[in-house]
Amino acid sequence: MHELSIVMSIVELASAQASRHDASVIEEIELDIGCLSGIEMESFDFAWKQAVKRTILENARRTVNRIEGRALCLDCNTDFTMEHLYDGCPNCGSHLSQIRSGKELKLRSLVLPD
Amino acid sequence: MCATCGCGPNSHHHDHSHDHTHESSPGKKVVDVEQDILQENNLLAQRNRGFFEGRNILAINLVSSPGSGKTSLLERTLTDLKGELSFAVIEGDQQTANDADRIHATGTKVTQINTGKGCHLDAHMVLHAVQGMKLQADSVLFIENVGNLVCPAMFDLGEQERVVVISVTEGEDKPIKYPDMFHSSTLCVINKTDLLPYVKFNVEKAKEYARKVNPQLEIIELSCTSGEGMNLWYEWLKSKVLQPV
Ligand SMILES: Nc1nc2c(ncn2[C@@H]2O[C@H](COP(=O)(O)OP(=O)(O)OP(=O)(O)O)[C@@H](O)[C@H]2O)c(=O)[nH]1
Ligand SMILES: [Mg+2]
Ligand SMILES: [Zn+2]
Repeated sequence: MHELSIVMSIVELASAQASRHDASVIEEIELDIGCLSGIEMESFDFAWKQAVKRTILENARRTVNRIEGRALCLDCNTDFTMEHLYDGCPNCGSHLSQIRSGKELKLRSLVLPD
Repeated sequence: MCATCGCGPNSHHHDHSHDHTHESSPGKKVVDVEQDILQENNLLAQRNRGFFEGRNILAINLVSSPGSGKTSLLERTLTDLKGELSFAVIEGDQQTANDADRIHATGTKVTQINTGKGCHLDAHMVLHAVQGMKLQADSVLFIENVGNLVCPAMFDLGEQERVVVISVTEGEDKPIKYPDMFHSSTLCVINKTDLLPYVKFNVEKAKEYARKVNPQLEIIELSCTSGEGMNLWYEWLKSKVLQPV
């Protein structure tokens, strides 16, 4: 369950931001989680419920942007949707590709009381 | 507070970002944070990497499912190459010191990290382990991660090479079931080939799956028990040891 460490890192980052802005509560949090980031959303949701208890994020409304996996084929230059890391190029079948998006794991923004 | 890395309760924030705030609706403000959630780990991993490079230490992160043979591979390697290369080992385990004891028995310097409930090592744990070790320059540092093919994948420890071990008693579809680990590794060791006559494991299929996930992955088949193929692993290892200038 590495999702638990990820949620704990989010709590740390968010708490640090909140204290910089003298906020004692976070109303909303927005995250980017790429589809190729290695995060399993079911485990993430489970970990979230556990790890935000009695933290500044306990009652925050959470928005998660799932970023689609996209890759560029290094053999034929086709830009394609990559659902799994083992997907090959739909045009030429090559597995030599460069991932362009989908690896994101990011704290985008917070909404704090003013 | 930890003097060397500055860690301590609530001080784990290396944020240098200039954030931007703006009003959304009355009484609320939006803070655009735009921070990578793994940045803390990645920064510490870079620090470890710099430390290793500065001393010409080859750091290798060994990952696998429980029981694929990481410790066995180390035991044999440390014994066979004693006198040729100098080694140190960090053992990551959830509970016991059994693996560390096995390494210690080979006469190699070993440090144990018990992760408790934690299912992976992270760069911070490695940083602290390394601080207590007095590592020699021009040496090889093996870091045996917790037996788990999922969780350690995301956490860079600052290693130069990541070696994923699978054994022929597992399914040959491991690489596509756990693609993140194979994607982030540089070498795949297929262990326990002495058992091939007794199990239904299609080596070619396993390699094909692994190369689908990572076409650059090198693959070595060996048996820690019979010793078959160990020479290929030793050649690989020696080719990665940077020559002191
Ligand atoms: N037949 C056979 N057995 C092996 C081989 N390598 C390891 N084993 C056995 O596999 C079992 C697990 O080996 P370990 O080296 O402890 O595996 P590990 O990956 O370190 O295990 P964890 O640290 O618990 O994740 C032991 O009983 C070993 O003796 C091999 O090449 N052939
Ligand atoms: Mg072991
Ligand atoms: Zn192509």
